[in-house]
Parts: sequence; structure tokens; C-alpha cells
Amino acid sequence: MKIKCQVFCWFIVCSLWFMAGSSFAQAEKFFEVKAKKFSYTPNIIEVNKGDLVRIRLISEDVHHGFFVDGYAVSTSAHPGQDGSLKFTADKPGRFCFRCSVTCGEFHPYMVGYLVVKPNSRFSMSAAAVILIGLGSLVIVFRKKENEQG
Amino acid sequence: MSKDKLFGLVDLDWRFELTKFRPVRALFKSRWFPLLPILFNLFIFVIILLAGFLGGYSAGNYNFGIMIVWILWWVMLMFVLVPVLSRAWCLMCPFPIFGEWAQRGALFGVNMGKLGGLNLKWPKALKNMWIMNVFFLVTTFFSGFFTVRPLATFILLGLIILIAFIMGLIFEKRSFCLYVCPVSGFQGLYSQFATTEIRSKDPQVCKEHKLKTCYLGNEKGYGCPWLLAPFSFRKNTYCGMCLECFKSCPYDNMAFNLRPPGADLLVDDKRGLDEAWKSFIMLGIAMVFFLSMQGPWGVLKDMVRASTLRGYLTFITFHTVLCLLVIPGIFFVFSYLSKVFSGNKEVSLKKLFINFSYTLIPIGLGAWIAFSFGIVLPNGSYILHILSDPFSWGWNLFGTKNVPWTPVFTHSLGYLQGITLLVFYLFSLAYGFRLSKQTFPGLQEAKRGWIPIFTFLTLTTLLFLWLYIG
Repeated sequence: MKIKCQVFCWFIVCSLWFMAGSSFAQAEKFFEVKAKKFSYTPNIIEVNKGDLVRIRLISEDVHHGFFVDGYAVSTSAHPGQDGSLKFTADKPGRFCFRCSVTCGEFHPYMVGYLVVKPNSRFSMSAAAVILIGLGSLVIVFRKKENEQG
Repeated sequence: MSKDKLFGLVDLDWRFELTKFRPVRALFKSRWFPLLPILFNLFIFVIILLAGFLGGYSAGNYNFGIMIVWILWWVMLMFVLVPVLSRAWCLMCPFPIFGEWAQRGALFGVNMGKLGGLNLKWPKALKNMWIMNVFFLVTTFFSGFFTVRPLATFILLGLIILIAFIMGLIFEKRSFCLYVCPVSGFQGLYSQFATTEIRSKDPQVCKEHKLKTCYLGNEKGYGCPWLLAPFSFRKNTYCGMCLECFKSCPYDNMAFNLRPPGADLLVDDKRGLDEAWKSFIMLGIAMVFFLSMQGPWGVLKDMVRASTLRGYLTFITFHTVLCLLVIPGIFFVFSYLSKVFSGNKEVSLKKLFINFSYTLIPIGLGAWIAFSFGIVLPNGSYILHILSDPFSWGWNLFGTKNVPWTPVFTHSLGYLQGITLLVFYLFSLAYGFRLSKQTFPGLQEAKRGWIPIFTFLTLTTLLFLWLYIG
């Protein structure tokens, strides 16, 4: 039973490790992102790890910025004067892209998500929660009377 | 020493007295402390109010009031003050001091006479967290204003100071802090997790000391302004750390201790539905704040900032129902399942519901710390700007006015949030089963009854993980 459990846990960890490290065939992805107080359209951009991402930023009202967490690349756009951005999505996970030019009162909350698949940060964290949780449950159920903790 | 070790590492009864060091004890016994930090914060809050008033409707990220209160102060509260130093903010909070000074008729020394003001007793039926719960929840209805509009922050803080002053004139001692202040409730709740505490050193000394000066006061210090009996402190929740008991104890029998985090969660004292609901409200607000402030959905932001009345009312309704009904309702179902699984018919569902609600304190605090990372890392650099130009008058006091917006470590934001949630989930699990053993008389019942609550905690952590990094 104990060995079966260990094999199962290793299987999950190895699968996640494989998912995290695996790369997809590189493709070029182009997005036309419209910025308007205080959101982006599309608000969630999904690409695969290794994709070349090209973004055209269009402002529909005032001067807006576009900064991508984790990649530290940015551009900005005025109405009628678009911005552009190109980078290789080589880090998996979910990253915020956020307005980098003060555009109004809700400016600090003007964000969108760049999801670079596979989102191994989330899957690893979720797996860790489940494994640790189940591990703690096993410990609890092995406790005997008068045992502390 | 007990054998009960947190994670098998730290004895839950372990304490290290910090006030055994003479300079620390001298500081705690001095009447200058906490007066000086209060005066310093009063000065800062005067600037905050001025900046809020002068800033009017301008964008908040370049306003001293907004940045100091909602970025620096909030993050300090969640990162350090509450989880480490318990209610250290209450120690240095300037909000209630005008009422307190009016009561005492003295700024520095101890006035042995009768306290000024009407000194009415707070109604017994309201001696709980319910008003604070409602006040805090209602305050968050305006989060789309006061976290971004300087004038809204001015109005909010001004109202709190005014209410604290008026209540100080009407009700005895720190009734405002104990039963009304919106910031007080969650600090009290989460301070149960803090790694420090104020307790008496030797209960026998207190027992033999017939004149309870910590409660009644003497020429060295006032009787507990928080209306508590410091000689019998068992948990941090309602101790505002004013340090008067250190000054008034003739035997130096009060101590400021380091301890394992979360030790108070196992203290079965004054547990109630009011504190349970505070946990649910804090979880709900963390979710709603994340969705509206760090989520990508423009429609939600429009609702929160009241672009339309209908949208705003929808937000308030959703927010209220989530915090007051949905989360408690789901938790109630899991509590009921816990009772069913345990097979115990003696333990009341109410007791079970209340006791297990304390498992949400570590997870809730973790969710707030993780949320705060998402606020401070991208926006912290604005603080450099506003320090040099607090009133937007073009000053450059420290030469940092033109520092550009610089997100810090945002590449690691997901990792920080994920690890934080995981660590606090571990604490919830560690204390959760202990609470189960405390609730059910038999070990087997405790084990079976723990399964639904464990499931709830795991699902809640996964939900926050999905929200923050999924």
C-alpha cells in the first residue's frame, strides 16, 4: 500500500515536471489589444510557451500603457497613435499586463492577463496543495489515542 | 512544557519573553511610549488628510494620502503588524486619541481623578464584533472610491476620527476601538495568529495581588482602557497593546512574549458567531477585492467605481450576499457534514460551526498577504514620488519626484502568492485537526469530523490559487 502510494505520488510529480518543461512548436501569435479606461480587450491573452507574441496596442480614449510582468517589456498608445510590442513567450505561467501610464483614477487596477501555457505555476501549486493536504490527512488518520498534535 | 508541537517542531507552549531585556521593559514602562509613535502617526495623518483634501478627485497613485494609507499602511498591517506584532497598530493609532485625551484631561501624565465625558457603558447586547463586521463590510462598498480618490480617503478617515472622538465623549474608555472601529475587528481576529502576545508572567502573583491595578489603574498607569482584565489575558483578540498594564503593575508581572504563530486559535475563550462571521467577511472581501482590483474584467471595475447606479447596486448586493450568506452557507454545509461524518450526536452544530471557523484565520490571513503582494509590488514605486511631492505642489523634497513607475519583482508575483497560500494552508491544517480534537470528545470522531472541514480548507485554498495564479 505504502509503495503504491509512493509510486502514485512520483507519477503525479513527474507528469507535472514533464508538463512544466515541455515546449510547444513555436508559432507567431498576433493580438490587437484595445485599451479603454480601465480595461483591455481582449483582457486575457493565451499563448503557448515559445510562441512569438506580437501585440498592437490601440487606445480608444486617452494615453495608455502596456507593461508585461515577468517579461518587463512595454509599449504605449495615444488615440490614433498605436503602440507595438514583440517578445518570445519563453516563461510559462500567468502574468499580468498592466497600464504603465497614469490614465485616470482606476489606473493602478487596469490589468489584463497573459497566460503562457502550460501554466505550470498553477498546476504545480495546486498539486502541492493536494499532495500536502492528503499527506496531512494520512498523518491524522495514523494518530493514536493520547498522541499530541 | 506540553508535548504538542506545531509541525512536530515547535512546542505550542513555547514562549520567549522580550521584556526580560531591560531596555525593552524600560521602554514599555515609559509614558513616552506609545505616546511618541502616536504623535508621529498623528503628524503623518494630518499630512494624509491634507493631501486627501487638496488632492480632491485627482488620480490616487500620485497622492500622498492614497499611497501611504492604501499601499504602505495596509501592506505593513498585513505583512508585519498583524501577523508578527499582533495589534501593534492599535498601540500607535492616532484615531481615538482626541477622545481619550478629552476623557483623561491629560496628554502625558496619569490623571487619578474621574474620567471626563459621559462615561456611559456600552450596551451589553452590542459587546461583540457585529457592528465592526457591518461597518467594515459597508466601508468596502466604497473601495472603488477611497482607494483611488483622495477626497474619498479624506472623508473616510475624517469620519472615523470624528466618530472616535464623539464616542470618546459619550462612552467609557476605548469603546470605539472595542466595538465600532472597522480596522479593529480584523486586526483582533487575525492577531490570534500573531507571533507575539501580552500576557501576565506568573498567574500566582496576580492572584495574590488583591488590588488589581492593571484593571483599576494607579499613579503610574491607567486601568485597562480596553476594559479587559490583563491579569487573565488568554488571547490577543481584544488587547489593544496600549501598554498601560506594564506601567500600572507594581510587580512587573506583565510580559511581551514571542510565541509560535497561531497559538490563540486553540484558546476557547469568547468564541462566537460574531468572530466566525468576521472570518467569512474577510475571505469574501479578499475575493471581491482581488476580482475588482487585480482581475482583468473591466465590467467589474465599472461596477465597483459606480459607472452606473445599477452596476454599483449589483456590486453591493453581490458583495454582501457573498460575504454574509454564501460563504457562511457553504461553510455551514461542510460543518453539518462534519457532524454527520463524526457520528457524534452530542456536540451542537453551532459549536462545531463556530470552532471550525477559526481554521479560516490562517487561510484568510494568507489570502490577504498574497493579495497585498499584488498591490505593493506593482505600485510601491509611486511612494517615492509622493514622498517628495506630498501635496502635488511641484515640490521635490527628497529628489525622488521624477522616479518613474517601476514594478518590483512582479515577475515573481505568482510564486510569492502561491507559496504564501500554501504556507498558510499548512497552518490551517495544523490547527484545524487540533480544533477538531477540541470539538469532539473522541479521537475517532475528531478524525472523521475533520474530513469535511479539511475538504473545505483545501477547496478554498485551491480557489484562491486559481484566482491569483490560475
